[in-house]
Amino acid sequence: MRWIWIDKFVEFTPGKSAVAIKNVSLAEEHLHDHWEDYPVMPVSLMIEGMAQTAGILVGQARDFKEKVILAKISKAQVSEPVVPGDQIKYQAEIVTITDQAASTHGSVFKNDKLIGTIDLMFSHIDKNLAGVKFPEENFVFTGQFLRLLAGFIETPSGADQSKEAWKQ
Amino acid sequence: MPMTEDKIFEKVKETLVEALGVDEEEVTPEATLTGDLGAESIDFLDIVFRLEKAFDIKIPPGELFPDNVLNNPEYVADGKLTEAGLAKLKESMPHVDFSQFEQNPDVNNLPELFKVQTIVNYVRNKLNQQGSPSE
Repeated sequence: MRWIWIDKFVEFTPGKSAVAIKNVSLAEEHLHDHWEDYPVMPVSLMIEGMAQTAGILVGQARDFKEKVILAKISKAQVSEPVVPGDQIKYQAEIVTITDQAASTHGSVFKNDKLIGTIDLMFSHIDKNLAGVKFPEENFVFTGQFLRLLAGFIETPSGADQSKEAWKQ
Repeated sequence: MPMTEDKIFEKVKETLVEALGVDEEEVTPEATLTGDLGAESIDFLDIVFRLEKAFDIKIPPGELFPDNVLNNPEYVADGKLTEAGLAKLKESMPHVDFSQFEQNPDVNNLPELFKVQTIVNYVRNKLNQQGSPSE
């Protein structure tokens, strides 16, 4: 099982911006513990949802050749609770992208009302300054993630393994 | 009119407050980025990205902060910078004051060289090279 916190993309402009939605449901087990008397979507998972929206945007910008890892939460502010039945919309845009890293700016909407900002930084980890080596295969962008983009972009050519998964 | 030193400092301060989540009072010219302001490796890239936007300049990798010097065995031996390494850094980073570091060029002391003033120096040089855009 992959840890996926967005349901689908509704807009995708390569190299620039992306919008994904997440429908929050009481069928999700974590809400029963967070909390039993007042189920509310944890903001930490909203950060993950934005990281996936923005991370896929950043990955696609380099044709999924880079391993894109969340490196920094520059800013995360969400001003209203999100509860079962609500729809979250993550709107992400690339602010800067270089060989080593990318920074993104994100807006969070609840049922189309702006409720927060989540700004992130991603590292292209094969280009890290410490020279640490990572496995050849792109373990970040596997099939399930890429299938979210069906209908928006062509089959990515970057990660071979992902490409196979895409064809299934 | 060229941007004044004070104006550059103010913008650098604003950048660091946003990038590092520190208070304005903490950002003094002599504050070190890692020791005093708590910057980690990814923060250096963040600072570079933000400075590029704030001052409308292009900062090539390794120009403001060291890039691959430390991975080069010619430049580092036994945890210290070699003469060649030091010469390379001094040549590529005129905005950094190496006078104290030279006495004990331990790579662990390197982060301490990067102070708020170092960034101000770098930006000032850069703007002068570019023919200083207006404020």
